[in-house]
Amino acid sequence: MPSSSNRIIVTVIGQDQVGIIAAVSAVLAEAHANIVDISQTTLQEFFAMIMMADLEHASRPFAEIKQRLNAKGEEMGLRIDAQHEAVFNYMHRV
Amino acid sequence: MPMQFSAQEIIETIRMVQMENLDIRTITLGISLRDCAHPDLNVVAQKVYDKICRLGSRLVPVGAEIERDYGIPIINKRISVTPIALVAESADADDYVAVARAMDRAATEVGVNFIGGFSALVHKGTTAGDQALLRSIPEALATTERVCSSVNVGTTRAGINMDAVAHLGEIILDTAARTADRGGIGCAKLVVFCNAVDDNPFMAGAFHGIGEPECVVNVGVSGPGVVCMAVKKEPGADFGELASIIKRTAFKVTRMGELVGRAASEKLAVPFGIVDLSLAPTPAQGDSVARILEAMGLERVGTHGSTAALALLNDAVKKGGAMASSYVGGLSGAFIPVSEDEGMIEAAMMGAIGIDKLEAMTCVCSVGLDMIAVPGDTPAATLAAIIADEAAIGMINAKTTAVRIIPAPGRKVGDVVEFGGLLGKAPVMALHPWSSAAFVGRGGRIPAPLQGLRN
Repeated sequence: MPSSSNRIIVTVIGQDQVGIIAAVSAVLAEAHANIVDISQTTLQEFFAMIMMADLEHASRPFAEIKQRLNAKGEEMGLRIDAQHEAVFNYMHRV
Repeated sequence: MPMQFSAQEIIETIRMVQMENLDIRTITLGISLRDCAHPDLNVVAQKVYDKICRLGSRLVPVGAEIERDYGIPIINKRISVTPIALVAESADADDYVAVARAMDRAATEVGVNFIGGFSALVHKGTTAGDQALLRSIPEALATTERVCSSVNVGTTRAGINMDAVAHLGEIILDTAARTADRGGIGCAKLVVFCNAVDDNPFMAGAFHGIGEPECVVNVGVSGPGVVCMAVKKEPGADFGELASIIKRTAFKVTRMGELVGRAASEKLAVPFGIVDLSLAPTPAQGDSVARILEAMGLERVGTHGSTAALALLNDAVKKGGAMASSYVGGLSGAFIPVSEDEGMIEAAMMGAIGIDKLEAMTCVCSVGLDMIAVPGDTPAATLAAIIADEAAIGMINAKTTAVRIIPAPGRKVGDVVEFGGLLGKAPVMALHPWSSAAFVGRGGRIPAPLQGLRN
């Protein structure tokens, strides 16, 4: 089964600025998505923030959360994406 | 619970998708039309239309859902069907164009950009139905938008049906003439195979083979850009290391295909067939197989060493991909179409690569002479001889080979034919001027080689 869990990976890529984590967290909290882990790194010259969230008890469907995150990204001049964690499981774990 | 992935792993995936054109090239739904046989061709066409619409209706929305959930672009959603010669043969009709039009309407209705299977398998000989299908190809391709046709003219077990090969030379010219206003684009939708496979998800050569189930999902992955970047990062690697880099990359790319195939199978409630782990280029920058060969150290694709480089690439892609999926099938390897690969187009324009080197390269890659434009006044016998050469390579090496060649009407060597979109543009290539007509005209069948006697 490709989708046994309900966890997603949120990635934010762009220029570092004040309030990125707060903004992403606000979108997730509003949808009752539980943040499981956060880390950050750099991708070439860009800042990259990675967040894992659990949608088990989320009040909004994934498609809507993804859309809201995309919109927030546009507002802040960042690229914010959300993908099901299965993508990373398949690619990096055998 | 903490994240099971390192930031580097996540970023690697994001980079592959956003910067290196990693994508799922196609989800192809194979549909059996064997139950659409009927003595009246109009009834066959209606049954074909109804069945494709019924089974294919959810393919496009499900594809979009998977793209959204996993964040991996799925470029094409397509349908392949039972070779129409087998289905329409039940009807009393001289040509099957009506069935092609029904397929075209159904493809439009369900929203797929290509539908494959206006096909015949004639490697040992033709039936009345096969002949009716062959006769219908030029008009079918000229009067439909989305229908793709293929003909299997040889196998390692059966030899090569040279009567069909000779006939196809004429069919290709006729198809080009009927689509002359669009550079002979009809020929871009016609593939002549040796050792065709039953579960190929890639167009234009896809059809739903006779041993396949009622309905099946096959996935074609791609990712020349990802492999190219990986190769470029290690300019000093020796060949063993180079093969390892390609294998690791192919593994990761194929895992995406496996994930998407399984998700599509579950959502459509249709069995998962195979992942075809092919490097399929597009005319876009950074999506070229030619550039991988150049990244290995060739100044231009087509120069000496190109065949060896392609052999290494093709083999390493298969080795990496085979470990990544439970069911690998289709064509699986590297494609070297000319018009659909930005690096190939450039090499062909400057004369770095020609038809002879391309033919040599098809001995070690997964298909054959693909999307090559040649002068519009090329004789049918010459086209047939090109097909015969390619089929011979497939027959002797027990591999799939194919010819998709466009004798562009009114064009001469050096002209460029624009097809647009994924089909790209093709510089018209020179062919040998000496005649093959007496050879092609002998008729009959080239016997199966010793390689075919495997029992």
